[in-house]
Amino acid sequence: MAEAETILRMQNITKTFGPVKALTDVNLSVDRGEIHAICGENGAGKSTLMNVLSGVYPYGTYTGDIEFDGKLCKYKNIKDSENDGIVIIHQELALIPFLSIAENIFLGNETQKNGVINWQETHAKAQELLDRVGLPEDPETKIMDIGVGKQQLVEIAKALTKDVKLLILDEPTAALNDEDSAHLLGLIRDLRDNHGVTSIIISHKLNEIADIADNITIIRDGSTVGEMFIDEEQPLDTDELIRKMVGRPLTNLYPYHESKIGEEILRVENWTVHSPLDSERVIVDNANFHVRAGEIIGFAGLMGAGRTEMAMSIFGKSYGVGISGDLYIHGKKHELKNVQQAIDAGLAYATEDRKAYGLNLLQNIRENSSLAALTKMSKMGVMDDNTERKSVEEYRKGFNIKCQNIDVNVGTLSGGNQQKVVLAKWVISNPDILILDEPTRGIDVGAKYEIYEIIDRMADEGKAVIVISSELPELIGICDRIYTVNQGVITADVSKEGFTQEYLMRCMTKEKDEI
Amino acid sequence: MRFKMATETASVTQKTEKKETSTLLSTITGNLRQYGIVGALIVIVIAFQILTGGVLLKPNSFVSLIQQNAYVIILAIGMVMVIIATHIDLSVGSLVAFIGGVCALLMEHYNVNWMVAILVSIVLGLVIGVWNGFWVAYVRIPGFITTLAGMLIFRGLATVIVGESVPITSRDFRGIASNYLPNIFGYAGTMDILTLVVGVAIFALFVFLQFRNRSKVAASGLEPEPMSLTWIKVVVAGLVIGFVTYLLANSGNDTTGGIPIMLVIVGILVVIYNFILTRTVFGRHVYAVGGNRKAARLSGIDDRKVDFFLYIHMGFLSAVAAVCMLSRLASATAQAGMEFEMDAIAACFIGGTAVTGGIGTIPGAVIGAFVMGVINQGLSIMGVDTAIVKTIKGLVLLGAVAVDLMSKRKKG
Repeated sequence: MAEAETILRMQNITKTFGPVKALTDVNLSVDRGEIHAICGENGAGKSTLMNVLSGVYPYGTYTGDIEFDGKLCKYKNIKDSENDGIVIIHQELALIPFLSIAENIFLGNETQKNGVINWQETHAKAQELLDRVGLPEDPETKIMDIGVGKQQLVEIAKALTKDVKLLILDEPTAALNDEDSAHLLGLIRDLRDNHGVTSIIISHKLNEIADIADNITIIRDGSTVGEMFIDEEQPLDTDELIRKMVGRPLTNLYPYHESKIGEEILRVENWTVHSPLDSERVIVDNANFHVRAGEIIGFAGLMGAGRTEMAMSIFGKSYGVGISGDLYIHGKKHELKNVQQAIDAGLAYATEDRKAYGLNLLQNIRENSSLAALTKMSKMGVMDDNTERKSVEEYRKGFNIKCQNIDVNVGTLSGGNQQKVVLAKWVISNPDILILDEPTRGIDVGAKYEIYEIIDRMADEGKAVIVISSELPELIGICDRIYTVNQGVITADVSKEGFTQEYLMRCMTKEKDEI
Repeated sequence: MRFKMATETASVTQKTEKKETSTLLSTITGNLRQYGIVGALIVIVIAFQILTGGVLLKPNSFVSLIQQNAYVIILAIGMVMVIIATHIDLSVGSLVAFIGGVCALLMEHYNVNWMVAILVSIVLGLVIGVWNGFWVAYVRIPGFITTLAGMLIFRGLATVIVGESVPITSRDFRGIASNYLPNIFGYAGTMDILTLVVGVAIFALFVFLQFRNRSKVAASGLEPEPMSLTWIKVVVAGLVIGFVTYLLANSGNDTTGGIPIMLVIVGILVVIYNFILTRTVFGRHVYAVGGNRKAARLSGIDDRKVDFFLYIHMGFLSAVAAVCMLSRLASATAQAGMEFEMDAIAACFIGGTAVTGGIGTIPGAVIGAFVMGVINQGLSIMGVDTAIVKTIKGLVLLGAVAVDLMSKRKKG
């Protein structure tokens, strides 16, 4: 490798959110003209680090130094970092769907004179940029009429108008199909080779990183744990990378539990789901799995692997289009067209996003807990208050929901208690199969332990429990069996003997054709 | 809605039992939103009672207050449910004109019996509800647009069928808005005995329900509200029911008086719909959909069905309001029901309904309607120009919602 000049140096970056330390003494050093990858598990702090760099979290809200292009940086907002040539493209694109490509490219940076926009020039310049990023679209086309892959290219075109020196891409290919991904990666390479643009890329797709990155920084639990270099003689050692990403010690955070496994309750065969945004894109690819009574199985996968989408598509087609495959409950084939049918068939799905999809924050514990079982608590459409109160009260005690009484608004509860309300809601509906999506996200250790106990209890009652989690230690701690998922494909069915973080991570990053 | 009365109630309670004070206070502050608007209404009533020199609360002007505002209350009952579910209905005013027109034509031009005409009107209201509900729920056109179109469509149709006006000749039909329940028990002095009996019965029922509720709450292992609060409620209810009973019993003239039929209609609708909204599965679904539509859907609730039925309810209530209005005006005109939708919507918001949906109660909306009604009545007794009355109503709406928002912000 030629002698390289450092363009960016972040030193001892520490960032806290209240009592939570998101980053601890993180160091990052990027050479001019390289493609630098940042790797780490979900929640390791990658996005936070990039937000610190781009001024989303202004100078003073973190500690440590940022040196860019030989200058010490004190960015107060994104505008400041953009002026220095640092452009960040977030996972959720920041384009306005109802405006044209040209309008979006020059948004906030309009080609104008005295406040009047020069449309000829705008379109001519936009056309030039679109040619550069290889997007064969009319600049007057509206953003909503082009696919996500093309939108990603518009974002890059937008970045180019800002005289970009350092381009940061947060999971740029997470929502793209293979063809669009390849085009995008080619473009990033072209920017490096022909325009001297340095890039930082955050990605979960290890093959992609092996393909494009020159250097890798690995972050785990908010700290830098290592760096890796790649060149032609020395390709990426994926095993080494995985070891660095997950090497966290397993502690005794999980209740002891021995499963009494019975008959098979749920079997899913050849399950395929397409994206509602792009019906060509396959989100779940020919998945096969089964769960037995009393069994706790886990779905392990990195962000965007399609676990939530798979669960929701099974739960009365709440997600996706073009769903195909067979679903058997207690050996009987079922076609679940809507959520009510899924509930009637004995399914329950507790969402990963309790505030957006799980709870009505305007109502109280009682009203939220009974919502999925109202027909069981009523006669002729009239609520039976006593039955409702009794059963909600039972689960308040059983789940140790900390509150004055069940008439307290759920909006005032802590995350852990809110999660217990979500669980109570689905347990009250008395399902045979309980799908829990990230049941411990954003809650403290004590509450987590209680939720694990609830999960164990459900399994002991003979229910089939499916846990989707981004925390490998958690799955290892509570599951009897783990399916690993990568890009919509179930890559492995791992039984308890194979439970190591390294092995699971290897399965989670396995490509479809490697199986 | 933190008006003076609420704090006055609080300070009165401080003097009562000290032991209970803290829980009582916390219960009251927790429900300030609910009690605040009641306090505001009482303040407004007292203010106008003074300003009008005692005319506002004379028996006959009290009865006309009810008769004049019945339509707002009837429409607000439906509107509050529609708003809770994050929709709106702008077409109700036009429906009052159109359904009223159809009802009048049936009676006057086709000699249909008045009761049959009312029945047909109600069915027509339900059909129009199905129409609105179809577009909102199954074509997913926002309620605002669907009913804005309905507002134009039905106002236009009303003008086509009614022409200039259709006077109502049926005395029975006109009596709905102006008559009283029959004087079956005779008089005690100047007072109608039936009214007294009903008044006492309602008070007894109120007390019974309060205590049954307490024992129910206790039976399910929860802590009931402080006993002193229950007693305060009973005393306040006793005073209000007693006073209203006194006014009604003395209302009317030498030959007739007592409980106006309109009050019976409104009362029954309020009780039934409050039951539907607070005690039935459908009511739960309305709040669930309004509070978090996605979560409701993932809990197995068919939000489209909820929307659909809400508009059918609204169509039904519009038909009832149309019949009441037609009876009161004794003539159908194309201009009938002008701006009624705005009155109903304003009543909901004054009564604490959230613009963003999910929050609201029928008693709140009814009190909101009374706030508007009392201001209307009071100012017109004082001889204030109607244009000024409108301006003041607008300011009251703005003020009420502003106070509501600020009190919420303080909490949050």
